[in-house]
Amino acid sequence: MSKVLVVTSGKGGVGKTTSTAALGAALAQLGKTVVVVDFDVGLRNLDLVMGAERRVVFDLINVIQGDAKLVQALIRDKRIEGLSLLPASQTRDKDALSSEGVARVIVELREKFDWVLCDSPAGIEKGATLAMHHADAAVVVTNPEVSSVRDSDRIIGMLDSKTARAERGERIEKHLLLTRYDPARAARGEMLKVDDVLEILSIPLLGIIPESEEVLRASNVGAPVTLNAPQSLPGRAYFDAARRLTGEAVPMVSLVEKRGLMEKLFRRRVA
Amino acid sequence: MSLFNWFRPRPATAPVARERLQILLAHERAIGGGSDLIATLKEEILAVIGKHFPLERDKVQVKLDRGDAFSTLEIDIEVPTLSRGNAGGVARVALRG
Repeated sequence: MSKVLVVTSGKGGVGKTTSTAALGAALAQLGKTVVVVDFDVGLRNLDLVMGAERRVVFDLINVIQGDAKLVQALIRDKRIEGLSLLPASQTRDKDALSSEGVARVIVELREKFDWVLCDSPAGIEKGATLAMHHADAAVVVTNPEVSSVRDSDRIIGMLDSKTARAERGERIEKHLLLTRYDPARAARGEMLKVDDVLEILSIPLLGIIPESEEVLRASNVGAPVTLNAPQSLPGRAYFDAARRLTGEAVPMVSLVEKRGLMEKLFRRRVA
Repeated sequence: MSLFNWFRPRPATAPVARERLQILLAHERAIGGGSDLIATLKEEILAVIGKHFPLERDKVQVKLDRGDAFSTLEIDIEVPTLSRGNAGGVARVALRG
């Protein structure tokens, strides 16, 4: 059974695209068929983070408007079997996305893939609402920082009221992915702790991605961090999150980096 | 003095962030909750309590907090100083459901 997942946050720059790429690549390496879909029309970047920017011929808008077939627009990843990308258009704007068009494409993607990961644009406008509309589940990407937490709260409210599931009176699964977390700063009281964010947002925790140089290194070379550095702290944290998405009970292990050598593990329960 | 500051640990700012967020989001959830429930409740409370006390509109606060297991409805009503010489007070009702 296929599952549509929206990766969303409200605020920009918190790691939606990075997380979409990393989770997509992890799920595919776990043997699932996965498509990552860029909904950020006019400001596409998932192609770049996935290292497929020179292979884009057709895009989501072309498919919606009937200028190309879905199979023509899908880009298969050359490194990971079972992973595909559906890029957004760079030249059009969000008005080119139609509600019926998106619905049609999602139905077709559901037939082809186990997982459909929708990378939402920032904001709460049309692009973001269309990206979440058909989702069965949502990953809310949040930084331990006041403006990100506030915007996540707003997005959670929208997931509960504006999605197709909410309109049918069904629940939409929501998962918190805390990114750019620095356990040392949190311990010193300089950064909101995991528990603070969990208490404020009241949705279950999917994973904690530590702040790490590996994330930028991966995007520099156009490879998801779960492919470029699967053994790194963020790589492992994303893999754990991906396993939890598939229903596996993986203990929550927050990985602390110290002087690049010492690694300390502290365990916490999955919320 | 500056040497003194150097050794003194800087105060933790995360608790401030946490508290500011909790206050702000309680307010934003109440007004942006997508329903007129809070506004309707406020009007009805004003009408009922207003029969017995002269009330100012902004002295009635209605908040709805979303929680994991339950949500909390918090109603704060500040009443003016009573004529019997008692000090005025805040009537606070918290309902859980």
